[in-house]
Amino acid sequence: MKRYLVERTGQLVVTIFAVMSLTFFLIRGLPGGPADAIRADLIQNNPEMSTDQINRRVEAQLNIMPDEPLHEQYVSYVAALFRGDMGQSISQGAPVTEIIASAAPWTIFMIGTAVMIAFVIGISSGAIMAYREGTKFDTNSTVLAILMNSIPDYIYGLIFLWGLSYQLGVFPTGGRFSSTTEPTVSPLAPVETLTFFGDALYHAALPITSIVLVAWGGWALGMRGNSIQVLGEDYLRVARLRGLSQRRIALRYVGRNAILPMYTSMLITIGFLLGGSIIIEQVFAYPGMGYYMIEALQRRDYPLMMGVFLIITITVAIGVYIADLTYGLIDPRASVGDSQ
Amino acid sequence: MSNRTDSVDLLESTEAIETVADETLDRRERWALTIERGVLAPARIVWADLRARVGLVIISLFVAMGVIGTRIVDEPRTNQGERLEPAFQSLAHPLGTDAVGRDVLGQIVHATPNMLLMILSGGVFVTVMATVVGTTSGYLRGSTDRAIMAVTDIVMTIPGLPLVVILAAVLTPTNPIVIGVILTINAWAGLARAIRSQVLTIRESPYVEASKAMGMSTRSIVRRDILPNIMPYVLINFVNAARNVIFASVGLYFIGVLPYDDVVNWGVMIDLAYQGGGLQSMAAAHWLFAPLITITLLSFGLIMFSQGTDRMFNPRVRARHSTTTKTDDEDGAPAAPAGDHA
Repeated sequence: MKRYLVERTGQLVVTIFAVMSLTFFLIRGLPGGPADAIRADLIQNNPEMSTDQINRRVEAQLNIMPDEPLHEQYVSYVAALFRGDMGQSISQGAPVTEIIASAAPWTIFMIGTAVMIAFVIGISSGAIMAYREGTKFDTNSTVLAILMNSIPDYIYGLIFLWGLSYQLGVFPTGGRFSSTTEPTVSPLAPVETLTFFGDALYHAALPITSIVLVAWGGWALGMRGNSIQVLGEDYLRVARLRGLSQRRIALRYVGRNAILPMYTSMLITIGFLLGGSIIIEQVFAYPGMGYYMIEALQRRDYPLMMGVFLIITITVAIGVYIADLTYGLIDPRASVGDSQ
Repeated sequence: MSNRTDSVDLLESTEAIETVADETLDRRERWALTIERGVLAPARIVWADLRARVGLVIISLFVAMGVIGTRIVDEPRTNQGERLEPAFQSLAHPLGTDAVGRDVLGQIVHATPNMLLMILSGGVFVTVMATVVGTTSGYLRGSTDRAIMAVTDIVMTIPGLPLVVILAAVLTPTNPIVIGVILTINAWAGLARAIRSQVLTIRESPYVEASKAMGMSTRSIVRRDILPNIMPYVLINFVNAARNVIFASVGLYFIGVLPYDDVVNWGVMIDLAYQGGGLQSMAAAHWLFAPLITITLLSFGLIMFSQGTDRMFNPRVRARHSTTTKTDDEDGAPAAPAGDHA
């Protein structure tokens, strides 16, 4: 266990360094890449500036001092990242950390809600499918789950946006909340807080539905497979022979044993949906992290773009790390010693 | 390798197995048998499955569209017809035209070859990379395995889409083959891990032990005993990789991450329709829905095909069709019971 902990922690540290090095290389290392482009821009637009001034500007924007030798640049870049300094966003005119901090809660709210709903729907339908294995209901649901799982979420999103938002006008066409609603989160003003939450949910409803429609099928098929396997186990026959109630068997025996193996993949899915949110946020003009990443890309705002990438990647890496370490605690069947 | 004998050298030569097994057959008959066993019999099994049949028809349709369709349908250009002509109104523009009078069907058809190239290069990159890494790691074990798997785990943790976005932003690729590789830049890791654990199981099996005892070289064992076992799994994953390439490339063209200056992708069509009022007005709806339906159809075809071919690799299903691979000299075995249709 101890050895596994050390190895796993080492892997996390290496991953974080690898990602930081990648962004550093992409910004600085490529000839004609972002650093050169920004420099050339500055020289062209400000002919009166001295090389010193230009270098200082480039440094402020990219956290990179173009004059220093490469290894020193690398050290100061990584050191700045560890201080939480990801440079200045060119397009938004604010520190990258600030922009991400204001955008991240919205992405997490949207993705978190979607994953929870998809998980509940998927697990329950998967369990019912397994109990009625071989029936028409099972066959049809399996086909439906596969088909819905095979269409990307942005296609559902575009169809909803066309039909429900533009043609019927039932849902908003974009944004995080209406301009008339004051963002209030305070226990002293419960009515306003509730209104604000309701409004935010109303705006996030279509992106959430799009993600749920894709994701539930995966959970349902996974749960169905796990449950069928558990249903065939000998201890379940013994439980039935002992005359335990159906409810007890379904929840304590089948449910628990079938859901636990999905714990790790649940945390991984949340991480990957954070990355996948880039396209769906763009469809609904929902200003979360992915939206700002593309916004930054179109304006060649590399610090913000790399900042979002770093935050998403490091969050996923830490999430998977926690999942791996805690899985042995919640499921005693998993022996952490030999990780195959 | 002191225990090597001439017979082992003979076994490792290319034609050894056939020479030993089918001594009485001449070269032509042997070829016929190879084709029968390797191509026709699997094809018959696949064709017997409705899902695979549907999938194969859809995929062939798209390949035909990419190869022949581009010669039949004119290349889309501005002012081919009226602006925003609706779909199903005229034979000249069956799917209507867009806001600058370009034929929508022409755009769909002429975006296909690029898409097929992307799918092919992405799929080949993922499967070759994963097979090489997974087999090497699983077969060699020890510290090589640990080192390779450490790298694989890191690659696997990085979320694909954000990584692809920053790579596309910095490299601005336009060649479909390069785009295919970039889109699947870290998709091989998961497959490599799965292949490795399969190889770990296979290498302990008695027939691999036997080959080792006979003194066969590692290369031969990997090629003869191990690769054929994991190939089915790899092929199914090729189809999955293809689907991911489609989704990612259309998505990234749509949000403007991949550069374009012409209608080279269905995602570009969605982007132009989205910006050109395809959502707001009914008049432009056909322009938005044509690419959406195209993508859904191709994805549907691929998933049906991979679901259907699953049974081709399932030995129990194959056994029921074993009569198709039989030749005259080895009959006598009773036909397998044909009761349990999956």
